[in-house]
Amino acid sequence: MRVLIMAKEGNQSEAATPPTPEAMAEYQKFDQELLKAGVVLEAGRLHPSSQGKRVRFDGKKRTVIDGPFAESKELVAGYWLWQVRSIDEALEWLKRAPYDGGTFEVREVVEFEGM
Amino acid sequence: MRSSSSRACEGTLAIGPRNATEAHRAIEAIWRIESARLIAGLVRVVGDIGTAEEVAQDALVAALEQWPGEGVPERPGAWLMGTAKHRAIDLIRRRKTLERKHEEIGRDVEMAREVLDLDTAIDDEVGDDLLGLIFMACHPVLAKDARVALTLRVLGGLTTEEIARAFLLPVSTTAQRIVRAKRTLAEAHVRFEVPGGAERVARLASVLEVIYLIFNEGYSATAGDEWIRPALCEEALRLGRILAELTPTEPEVHGLVALMEIQASRLGARVGPSGEPVLLLDQDRARWDRLLIRRGLAALERAESLGGALGPYALQAAIAACHARATTAGETDWPRIVALYDAVAQLAPSPVVELNRAVAVGMAFGPAAGLDLVDALVAEPSLKSYHLLPAVRGDLLRKLGRPDEARAEFERAASLTDNVRERALLQRRAAECAAEQMAG
Repeated sequence: MRVLIMAKEGNQSEAATPPTPEAMAEYQKFDQELLKAGVVLEAGRLHPSSQGKRVRFDGKKRTVIDGPFAESKELVAGYWLWQVRSIDEALEWLKRAPYDGGTFEVREVVEFEGM
Repeated sequence: MRSSSSRACEGTLAIGPRNATEAHRAIEAIWRIESARLIAGLVRVVGDIGTAEEVAQDALVAALEQWPGEGVPERPGAWLMGTAKHRAIDLIRRRKTLERKHEEIGRDVEMAREVLDLDTAIDDEVGDDLLGLIFMACHPVLAKDARVALTLRVLGGLTTEEIARAFLLPVSTTAQRIVRAKRTLAEAHVRFEVPGGAERVARLASVLEVIYLIFNEGYSATAGDEWIRPALCEEALRLGRILAELTPTEPEVHGLVALMEIQASRLGARVGPSGEPVLLLDQDRARWDRLLIRRGLAALERAESLGGALGPYALQAAIAACHARATTAGETDWPRIVALYDAVAQLAPSPVVELNRAVAVGMAFGPAAGLDLVDALVAEPSLKSYHLLPAVRGDLLRKLGRPDEARAEFERAASLTDNVRERALLQRRAAECAAEQMAG
């Protein structure tokens, strides 16, 4: 199954302060481990929400809203798409990630019948 | 294979499990993540897969006993490895005690210490260990079936029951196959190593063959009523992706990964609403998985940039890529596919390749040209009971406006396949030809 991991890092990602070299090295080590386990299909980081837009739909009406967005705890700062054999496997991998803050949301991707 | 548990884990992620069921699910997941690395690290210490698996299983049992009560340790992989290594040392000691005189035990303790000193080394060389295990499980000294079963067992972390189910075999047959494979490796004194030089080429070919066999078993089930068993495809893809990370400069590894990614991109489109197979040119291309296509094309580029464009897997991947790049079936670059099949035929000529080439020629240069090639294969003994020969012939005859002959070919093809779904498809083709015959 595929799972989408959404990294909600809170204010840290909004401030767009780059991580320390030590923290960076830790992330890369973890990324390497995931790659070598054949888990990662796709990964990406997002710019702060100040550069983001929202489009609100209301019937035929579309309203474009400029960032930054207020609910910083819910803002996605990055994502992974993982191929795992169960949600539990995803959880076990995620617990090993070298983060000391934020919330990571794990959601299974709907796939075609038979996949 | 195991149906994946889909119960969402609510609330916050706690390292310590809240109840025994949760601990068991965590242990199962951790086992899936760690077992191959664990066994690989242990084989380097104890020398043979059988013993390594035995002590790894001991560690799993210990985890099942302790973790539900005490909580999952912070570094579960290290915990399993430490526990397994102590069992290994006990085991080695006990064996030696039986084998040798009393005074030599001192030396065993020495050896046990050496084994423990490997701790750090094991942490550093996980990649090499895993690669060593892959080469060992796929050793050419083993029969193909044995290699496949052993690979799924020690590298995929599948249980014997799961492997048996995936290959529609009795559990006892599968268990025996694995036991015998381990014994054969031990008797042949197969070393735990990452081969180099000329040997590496042959050994790597054997590894790739095993992975592709697993993939194909999932992609087109040879028997039974399941058209695809995607879990096997996923397992093969995972093994391929792991191998590509461990051997980044081997073009054929990327070639195989490219081939599997692109073929897997069609899994969702290969089956119709009622489970019937849908052939490549009839598939709804909107249902092809763009992510897998993109990954496949990138892997193919990687293989080609490493100078491997003419490797057997890269060539097949290049053919698959021709289909993947075409937005509609009509846009397929058939002359290029013919050229690629020419290259495949030069590399490894076979009647099956010739048959595929004939299909491409039929598409590129008209059904009559294709039929000429197929007719030349009719007398080929190795294709005597190959259902795709009459299936292809039937298709070409039908396009040439000869539905009576086409119908007979489709009926023959249907009688030759063991796959229930495929048979139904071929029978439907035969019926369509009968209708065309009536209309004509």
